[in-house]
Amino acid sequence: MATFEFLLQGLLAAAQPLNLLYALIGVTLGTAVGVLPGIGPALTVALLLPVTYRLDPTGSLIMFAGIYYGGMYGGSTTSILLNTPGESSSIVTALEGNKMARAGRGGPALATAAIGSFVAGLIATLLLAFIAPYIVKLALVFGPREYFALMVLAFVTVSSAFGDSTLRGLTSLFIGLAFSVVGIDQLTGQNRLSFGIPDLLDGIEVTTMAVAMFAIGETLFIAAQGDKGPDKVEAVRGSIWMSAQDWARSWKAWLRGTLIGFPIGAMPAGGAEIGTFLSYATEKRLTRYPEEFGNGAIEGVAGPEAANNASAAGTLVPLLTLGLPTTATAAIMLAGFQQYGLQPGPLLFATNPQLVWGLIASLLIANLMLLVLNLPLVGLWVKLLTIPKPWLYAGILLFATLGTIGANPSVFELGMLLTFGLLGYVMRVFGYPIAPVVVGLILGPLAEQQLRRSLAISQGDVTTLVQSPIAAVLLVLAALALIVPLILRARGRGEVLSQMAASED
Amino acid sequence: MKHFFLASILAGALALPAYAADYTIMAPAAPGGGWDQTARSLQTALQQEKISGNVQVMNVPGAGGTIGIAQFASQQKGKPNALMVGGYVMVGAILTNKSPVTLKDVTPIARLTGEYEAIVVPASSDIKTIGDLVAKLKANPGAVSWGGGSAGGTDHILVGLLAKAAGVDPTKINYIAFSGGGEALAAILGSQVTAGVSSYGEFESQVKAGTLRLLALSADKKIEGVDAPTLKESGFDVVLQNWRMVAAAPGLSAEQKKAIQGDVEKLVKSKTWQETLKTKGWADTYLSGEAFDAQLAKDISATEAVLKDIGLVK
Repeated sequence: MATFEFLLQGLLAAAQPLNLLYALIGVTLGTAVGVLPGIGPALTVALLLPVTYRLDPTGSLIMFAGIYYGGMYGGSTTSILLNTPGESSSIVTALEGNKMARAGRGGPALATAAIGSFVAGLIATLLLAFIAPYIVKLALVFGPREYFALMVLAFVTVSSAFGDSTLRGLTSLFIGLAFSVVGIDQLTGQNRLSFGIPDLLDGIEVTTMAVAMFAIGETLFIAAQGDKGPDKVEAVRGSIWMSAQDWARSWKAWLRGTLIGFPIGAMPAGGAEIGTFLSYATEKRLTRYPEEFGNGAIEGVAGPEAANNASAAGTLVPLLTLGLPTTATAAIMLAGFQQYGLQPGPLLFATNPQLVWGLIASLLIANLMLLVLNLPLVGLWVKLLTIPKPWLYAGILLFATLGTIGANPSVFELGMLLTFGLLGYVMRVFGYPIAPVVVGLILGPLAEQQLRRSLAISQGDVTTLVQSPIAAVLLVLAALALIVPLILRARGRGEVLSQMAASED
Repeated sequence: MKHFFLASILAGALALPAYAADYTIMAPAAPGGGWDQTARSLQTALQQEKISGNVQVMNVPGAGGTIGIAQFASQQKGKPNALMVGGYVMVGAILTNKSPVTLKDVTPIARLTGEYEAIVVPASSDIKTIGDLVAKLKANPGAVSWGGGSAGGTDHILVGLLAKAAGVDPTKINYIAFSGGGEALAAILGSQVTAGVSSYGEFESQVKAGTLRLLALSADKKIEGVDAPTLKESGFDVVLQNWRMVAAAPGLSAEQKKAIQGDVEKLVKSKTWQETLKTKGWADTYLSGEAFDAQLAKDISATEAVLKDIGLVK
């Protein structure tokens, strides 16, 4: 009962006009930095931290919350409209979202992303409020071997994001994996594939790679086609709002995305991207319209966007209950707490309930504010697509470059952006999918390090990988996901598989 | 009247240099970490205490600060208003990364803050004292897994020093590097590793809540209010401080260096800075001038020795 009282008090505090103004400033800034590729919410919160010295704790936390959720949301807009993911967690959104936008369905894509983010944010924030202490116990059970099993499952399931040809998809994935080993090896401190270049010591930045492959590669591809390219993009076909069918296809995807994203976000070594990969794979398997995947299926936007926002809330679970910042933004929010002499940790819920509930209430307010801010903007955003192509792509090039330079003022980083852009172009020309490269770059180091950590802890005993029940179950799931479709296909019963998929929900 | 006016402008213009430089502080790390927080706290304090008019912070992340220091040494050479935050982690990173630019290529000004390392075990562990842990280590070094931050970092170095002090071959230690203290903490809480090493601040709230057992601190003498012995008291001659410092650009004249030292001293004594230390839980380990230079040289040679022992530096 006390929980509800605190939450109500928090909501009352957050709903005061001045605090609402802070929330509005926060979500606007957050959306803006989310839209700009390269400049993430972490940098924005860091820049704003000194400003908030002058605000009271409630006010500044509300602003942080707004930036945090806003940043997660803003990334999807450019993914959908321009095929330029602003953050690594909105890469998957670009896959189906941009296809929808090109088919004149940018409005419904943006709307399902906005409403899905809202629904996921709402549910996940409430989960954070009520079951955080239990979720965190579950997250702590996850050690290196369980993470490794999870990564294996992620590898197997995201292979469905590889497009039509498995061989081409795997080729792309391995290109990404090769790039992922560049830099200082975390476990031994040795340099790998850095060729004596200090800038490569920290490996290849995922956002640089994503922006280069998607935005620069796409721009080059369009430019190379010249006038021969596909006809003018049809900006709007039908309503810019979601139809009844869109709603019917979206709502389950939102819920599934939330359920996948929240626990993965809560894991100290999870990461928002993995939830989006798994959600996309799930939707692709469960859909009744498998033929639409790859051509703009609305579930492919709704699920990952919900997973993305749910995992943003999930990240706050270890931050508030353990004092564990698992993302850069969370680390800066931790610094924000310390500014008021608060130490997040196991005692925070007991010693500072007003503050914790104030934060949770501000997250709810920020979430609502985002919906209010973004839904009316959908019509405006879609107009972006009517900008003449040369202008539009020149603009994309400009923002991609500015964003990269803004995040890391280095000539070398800019060189990498252009080189990977060329790579993205070449891969497009020869019909290789782009997303698996980035997926490999993200999952590769996680899988490798967790495998080596588990083997180091067990002193080289490989059976450790299956001795934990959770790891064993995850590995069995991965094996099933890999083998069952193969068997069914071998028996020429592919239809059975799609029927099964259709009847599953 | 007119003359008075002119004179006052002139006086104002002359007074301006006394208002010191508009410092630019480089944090050679991404936003959010310790160096970034130090740089931003310096920024706030320098401005609020009116030591400097307008202070900018820039982040150059990468490779334990070695990317930042390389850029700082080449681009800011001779500039009396450029500062860089750094720390003990950089000493190790320069050695393991074989960085061509070292701390000799910048002008170290002063050590500002420091944190001591703590060794902990999960509350459910059967290890009750640091003696128990070392006994296990002696019996089978590989069976004791240590969770901590990046390879070759302060946490790893402490384990190496402890093994050496206990007479265990440092190359045999089973150190599991995690990306950052947070992930390591999760592994320690989840009993995935035998013991954990990190700055005391990372563990403090867990120790107070009783989920972690604090075995020892790497301080030189017992810390007030912390219920654990130092390693030294427990019979292992190991003292390690994860300090943070501020450095200036290379190629400065003696006067320019002195001016910066003066500003930093003013800052360290200021109310704003002292309050910042308190809220952040940083210990004031201010050390400047020749004393700092000597300490730095000592730290560098000791670190090089232990990194060689662990086998990270050839």
